[in-house]
Amino acid sequence: MLTLTCPYCGIKSDETELSPGGQAHLVRPDVESDDEAFESYLFLRPNPKGVHFERWRHSSGCGKWFHAARCTMTLEVFGTYSAQTSEPPEHIIATLDERRPNWRQVPE
Amino acid sequence: MSDPQTALGGQTASGLVELSEATPRGMISLRGDLNDATLKSSVEKLTGTEFPGIGQVSAGQQSAACWMSPDELMIFVSHQERYEALTALRDTLTNQHVLIEDMSDARAIICLKGDLCRDVLGKLTPADLRASILPPGRLRRTRLGQVPAAFWFRDETKAEVLCFRSVAKYVFDLLEMASSGPPLR
Ligand SMILES: [Zn+2]
Repeated sequence: MLTLTCPYCGIKSDETELSPGGQAHLVRPDVESDDEAFESYLFLRPNPKGVHFERWRHSSGCGKWFHAARCTMTLEVFGTYSAQTSEPPEHIIATLDERRPNWRQVPE
Repeated sequence: MSDPQTALGGQTASGLVELSEATPRGMISLRGDLNDATLKSSVEKLTGTEFPGIGQVSAGQQSAACWMSPDELMIFVSHQERYEALTALRDTLTNQHVLIEDMSDARAIICLKGDLCRDVLGKLTPADLRASILPPGRLRRTRLGQVPAAFWFRDETKAEVLCFRSVAKYVFDLLEMASSGPPLR
C-alpha cells in the first residue's frame, strides 16, 4: 500500500485518501512550438521503472495538491513537497542522489 | 422563526458505542490567510479559545475552531448565535480576501460515546487512530466508507464525526453497522 505524507497538513495518507494527478513538472510548450512538441507534452511520458515525480491531491483531507518523489518499482517514497514549485527541491534531490545515484538516466 | 431541522432529526442508535446526531449547531466556514493577525484575533474573540494549530481543534465551552486546511477553518458556535458570529466576522475582516459562509444546514454531526469509539471508527477509515497519533483535540479529515468525513475526539470516550448533510444517512448507517455485533474485547 502506498502512504504519502501531505506536506500541508502533515497527515500520513493512505492511497485511497488521495487522488493521482500524473507526472509532475511538465513544461507546456509555448505557442511557437510545433505539433510534435505539443503531442509530447500531452501524451508522451518516459514512464521509467524507478524514480517518478508525481502530482497528488489530498482529496479526502485538506484538499491541497502536492508533489511526491517515489520509486514505482519498490514503492519507496523519497519525499513529498509543496506544489508551489516547478522543480524538485534540494532535499529531495539529495535523497535521490543518495538512494538512487543513477536516477537522472532516463531510458530511451 | 421556524425550527431548525437537522439531517437525521436527532437519530440515535446503541451498540458497541452510543450514536446520536448532534443537536443543531452553528457551523461557519472561514477561508482566508490563517497567518493574518486580524483574522486570528477575530476568531479567538469569537470562540473564546486559542487559535488552532495545524490539524487542531481548539474547543471552548460552546464554541470551537477546527483547522481544516492551510487556508480554511470550521468554526462551531451555538446555533442561535450563528448570525451574530457571521456578522462579527464579516465586519472585522473587511480589508482582506476571505470567504465566510454559514454551513450549519450543509453539514451533519454524529456523536459517538463509549470506550470503543476508536474501534468502531477503525472499521470504516484508513486513518491511523492510535491515541498517540490522534489524541483528543486533533481533527482528522479522511473518508468513512465511500465518503469524505472528519472526526475528532473531545476525550477518550467522546468523538464527533462531521460530514456533508447529503451523506448523513449513509454515514449514520455505516457507523450503526460498525457499532453492531459482539463486543470486540
Ligand atoms: Zn493535506
